[in-house]
Amino acid sequence: MMTLPAPLAMAVRVVAPIALALAVGGFALELLGKNPIAYYGFVLERGLLRPGGLQETVTRMAPLLLIAAGLIVAFRAGMWNLGSDGQFLLAAVTAAGLAPALADTLPRALVLVASLLAGALVGALWSLTPAILKARFGLNEIITTLMMSFLGVSLSNVLIKLLLRDPGTTVPQTRSLPVEERLPRLFDTTVHSGLLIALAAVIGVHLLMTRTAFGLRVQVLGTNRAAAVHAGLEVERLILAAFTLSAALIGLGGAVEVLGVWGTVRADWNPAYGALVVPLVFLARLNGYAVIALTLFFAALMTGGESAARRMGVPQNYVLVLVALVLMFLALIEYLDRRRPRIA
Amino acid sequence: MSALLTEPFLTALIAGAVTAGMPLLLAGLGEQISEKAGVLNIGIEGMMLLGAYTGFVVTYTTGSFALGFLGGALGGMLASLIVLVLCIRLGLNQIVIGIAVTVGMQGLTSLLHYFEFSREYPRLAAAPVWVLPVLGQIPVLGKALFSHTALVYASVVLVAVLTWVFRATHWGLDLEAAGQRPAALDAAGVDVLRTRAAAVLSTGFLSGLGGAYLSIVGAGIFVPFMTGGAGFIGIVLAMLARGRPLWVLLGAILFGVSLALTTALQVAGIDVPTDVVQMLPFVVVMIVLVVFARHSMLPPALGSPYTRGER
Amino acid sequence: MGRGQGARAHELGHGAREVVAADRDVTDSDAAAGPDAAATPDAAAARQAVASLREVTKRFPGIVALERVSLEFRAGETHILLGENGAGKSTLVNLLAGMLRPDEGEILVQGRAVRITSPRRSHELGIGVVYQQLLLVPSLTVLENLMLGGPWWRPLRRAAALARFEDLSRMLGTRIDPDARVGALSLGEQQHVEIIRALWRDETLLLLDEPTSMLTPQGVLDLGRMLQGLKARGTALVLITHKLPEAFAFGDRISVLRQGRLAGALEPERLRAMSGAERTDTVLALMFGADAEPAPAERERLAGRTVHHGARVARTEPPLLALREVSTRGSRGSRGETPLEGVSLELWPGEVLGIAGVDGNGQKHLAEVIAGQRAASAGRIEIAGADVTRGRVPERRRAGVRYVTDERLGEGTVGPFSVATNLVLKEIGAAPLWRHGITDWDRIERHAREVIAQYDIRTPSERTPIAKLSGGNIQKVLLARELDPGARVAILNKPTHGLDFRNAQLALERIGAAAARGLALIVISTELDELLEVSDRIGVMYRGRLAGIVENAAQAERRIGVLMTGAAAA
Repeated sequence: MMTLPAPLAMAVRVVAPIALALAVGGFALELLGKNPIAYYGFVLERGLLRPGGLQETVTRMAPLLLIAAGLIVAFRAGMWNLGSDGQFLLAAVTAAGLAPALADTLPRALVLVASLLAGALVGALWSLTPAILKARFGLNEIITTLMMSFLGVSLSNVLIKLLLRDPGTTVPQTRSLPVEERLPRLFDTTVHSGLLIALAAVIGVHLLMTRTAFGLRVQVLGTNRAAAVHAGLEVERLILAAFTLSAALIGLGGAVEVLGVWGTVRADWNPAYGALVVPLVFLARLNGYAVIALTLFFAALMTGGESAARRMGVPQNYVLVLVALVLMFLALIEYLDRRRPRIA
Repeated sequence: MSALLTEPFLTALIAGAVTAGMPLLLAGLGEQISEKAGVLNIGIEGMMLLGAYTGFVVTYTTGSFALGFLGGALGGMLASLIVLVLCIRLGLNQIVIGIAVTVGMQGLTSLLHYFEFSREYPRLAAAPVWVLPVLGQIPVLGKALFSHTALVYASVVLVAVLTWVFRATHWGLDLEAAGQRPAALDAAGVDVLRTRAAAVLSTGFLSGLGGAYLSIVGAGIFVPFMTGGAGFIGIVLAMLARGRPLWVLLGAILFGVSLALTTALQVAGIDVPTDVVQMLPFVVVMIVLVVFARHSMLPPALGSPYTRGER
Repeated sequence: MGRGQGARAHELGHGAREVVAADRDVTDSDAAAGPDAAATPDAAAARQAVASLREVTKRFPGIVALERVSLEFRAGETHILLGENGAGKSTLVNLLAGMLRPDEGEILVQGRAVRITSPRRSHELGIGVVYQQLLLVPSLTVLENLMLGGPWWRPLRRAAALARFEDLSRMLGTRIDPDARVGALSLGEQQHVEIIRALWRDETLLLLDEPTSMLTPQGVLDLGRMLQGLKARGTALVLITHKLPEAFAFGDRISVLRQGRLAGALEPERLRAMSGAERTDTVLALMFGADAEPAPAERERLAGRTVHHGARVARTEPPLLALREVSTRGSRGSRGETPLEGVSLELWPGEVLGIAGVDGNGQKHLAEVIAGQRAASAGRIEIAGADVTRGRVPERRRAGVRYVTDERLGEGTVGPFSVATNLVLKEIGAAPLWRHGITDWDRIERHAREVIAQYDIRTPSERTPIAKLSGGNIQKVLLARELDPGARVAILNKPTHGLDFRNAQLALERIGAAAARGLALIVISTELDELLEVSDRIGVMYRGRLAGIVENAAQAERRIGVLMTGAAAA
């Protein structure tokens, strides 16, 4: 690693944690009596190689990308926004509740735009309390965003069961949005156009962070707060802006997922994407393009993993173990990197 | 409304509060030790889960509750070992590793549970209860407060013991120095990393114990993800208690009451949707955080690894 | 009692000599007496080495901190280690303290070779260290800090500790409340606690790293008295310093380090035999090498003979900067730094106002309130007559105010960012480097290349992360950034701190050049001789107040020294 050219070294730094995690995880599978090679092969095949699976993988990428975009903003500002689950779900429920209500009176395009914006707004609002507590009082945002997340998940359920409930169904869920009213499909695939929104968001965030004054200000804040104050940046406003932008993007992800795929939100539904996207974003070193590539990989893992849960008896929660291993190996490799002797 | 003041309701509420508050108390005390020493332990949720699982397994296989609690505590310590090696010894980012431990343990325990218990979902017998001699006869309070597993009484005693340890032993002094000014501790000849390692292991022990209590006594069964944020509430308790174990106890009682309201209300015949009541503890947390925002204090060296020579 | 005090006091700079003249205890016979009476030639020869270094070498990546250094530290003797910043003195302290291990050579204690593997081992060997940055836990009491280090499983034994504390306090002549929180004590008192801590286990070798940097002239005298007492008991004392007056005042033996090597030593007999000028010349030659001597003015300054700077500004127009009864009490984020109380001052173009005072008397708040980083809780701030009190950093910068902070990497720059980015850190979003919020990186890098060439900043490229540059070059970047053409008022906090001699001189020259260009400058420093070299007037901060402003003329030192003790301006 010390003598490789820079781009190759970067690639190794990204691939190595994944490879190590797969290896150690595979070893654990072996211990539990499952064949890891068969498992990984199955996942790969179902996730990427079959056209149906590939489309599902790509569809799954949309919410992940939007959450990743939101997290990039927060992490660059040095803010630990760990409340993505709550922000995501509340926005999804909002969109799911609003869209059917508007669909009767407004044209499809307006309904979709309004519902997407509503989702983003709700996500942003839900982050306001932790953001203000952090900006004003320096209160640790890890705790506040986590608490708001738990609250948000419960609140979503309450909204579904009490307020937005579709009386016609046995399982509590919101009134379903008919397929014609949802986000249009791309060409003749099953992938919806929300994917384009998501891709645009990630690339947009990347450019925002690297090429604008706002992005530079955010990065100064995230790297050295004292320097930000010294440079005359309005720290409180930056924190609020970064936080709300982050949560708005995550909320947009929730709205996109509902309006593009499900059309409804069932009670007790919580995909908990946050746990997957956080390590993904770190692995990508907060770089937008790397995020897109890695999201493809993780989405394939999830799609294939779901299939594997049914066919091979390895539950979906195994992916969580892999994620944790990736994080640990990532941190380890960063550490080994830092230990290299520096240029004097 | 009068249904609320009946003996069954109050007993259920208070007893339930104790049962619900115990894991929070243990997690909070454990986290307090780490935080004092300057280690931010986000992975405590994962440590509790591993403790819940191992505690359950040991009790199930051996039939002994005492061994089960011990097994849970050791399970928590095992999980904290990851933090010890990666964060204390190697100095990796405490928050990233904390997330990894939580997520990893969530995955690991649910995986193990799937392979071992998802077919029969075995339940444990009720844990043995130790009714205190005179106090146990008091109406309402006797059954509610003084008829619990021995571990409950031990935990309350632990609060007093920890208060003394923090103030009057060398270890307490070392912890404070490790969190406030680790360079001063180093210069005084004490191994900073070893102090922090001991703190982390203690946290693992206590939170594992808390998790074990949750699965053995609280539920009698292990369910994946069963801690449901208890570890994070423990972090909040430690943050707000500012180094005083007694305040952790008070906070745990407060949250225990709000958590126990569901079952108590059901006993009283009032039907409130579970989700609303589940929101209650987190709403209380947020209100407390907002009101006391100015007063929460964290040690300056929190979260930063210590390297000698770097003053 | 007065002997040790009087014998050396006349050699101390910083106004102490004049203060001592007012001290009743000094008599003529004392002043004329030579160094320690116990140092008869026979006694000197008999003094044994408590510890010594033999051919010790210590390397860090890319640099050799110490090279084949051999030294001896004798009982009852004060051994001075002299050298400028970066000469290797701190490394040596760390080796003896157990923080570092030598790569080559050996360390001997009481004649036996030892490996000092940790601070605990260092204590066991009888070595005590008083660091430059006090290493005490502010939230614990004095007694608790002293008890730190016992076996973890034992309960605290307060009574025994209290008894030992009282013993040592009596011996050293200090009076500090053992139950006071260390964070509430003054810096001088904290240093006394550190010394007590260093002697807790009857240490035989005591090292003090730049002990006077935080003391008032009176504090320096107290320290001297304490050290004499320790010497009489047979403790081996080692003082690390870069100040010549201190070295001559306290030292029996002087060893000079230069770039990691032992450049030379002056034994007690030779030292006593020399005259003041001879001593200074010899030592300076050792410190800087026979050919590369500093300019005459600098030599005078180093020797403690200060060069006074005459006032050169005519005050006809309204002041460029004015503070009127400015206070910062209760402003947010005061982490134990002293707030300002009713500070008033006026500054004209082309003028340099020095701010002296022991660190922590409100200097940081002064700098921040002028720069706009900290809001004033009371009073007014005016730039060229216009009231700017309400504005913050961006408004002050537009008005021409610039701030060079003392924390170069912690606050002044963002370490991982490139030199180019750091050069424009305070201009984010402004034209012409930004258009409609979009960053023009090419232009930023071009600008950086020009500045690097103009200011001779040593860096591999403009894209290098600034944390990789040496302290001196980081300071060049800061000076280039702040003393730009648009600057009218600049406040510099400890501009030469931690810099080696050459870079320190460069910084002072830049300050002088800026003043010549018409800027109004405020220079905050703990090095009085520096202030005397560049300032037209010097103000003294004491407990958040401007104790007084003194013209930089004759007797300035004495008056400043008095102000630093808190007495009203003479």
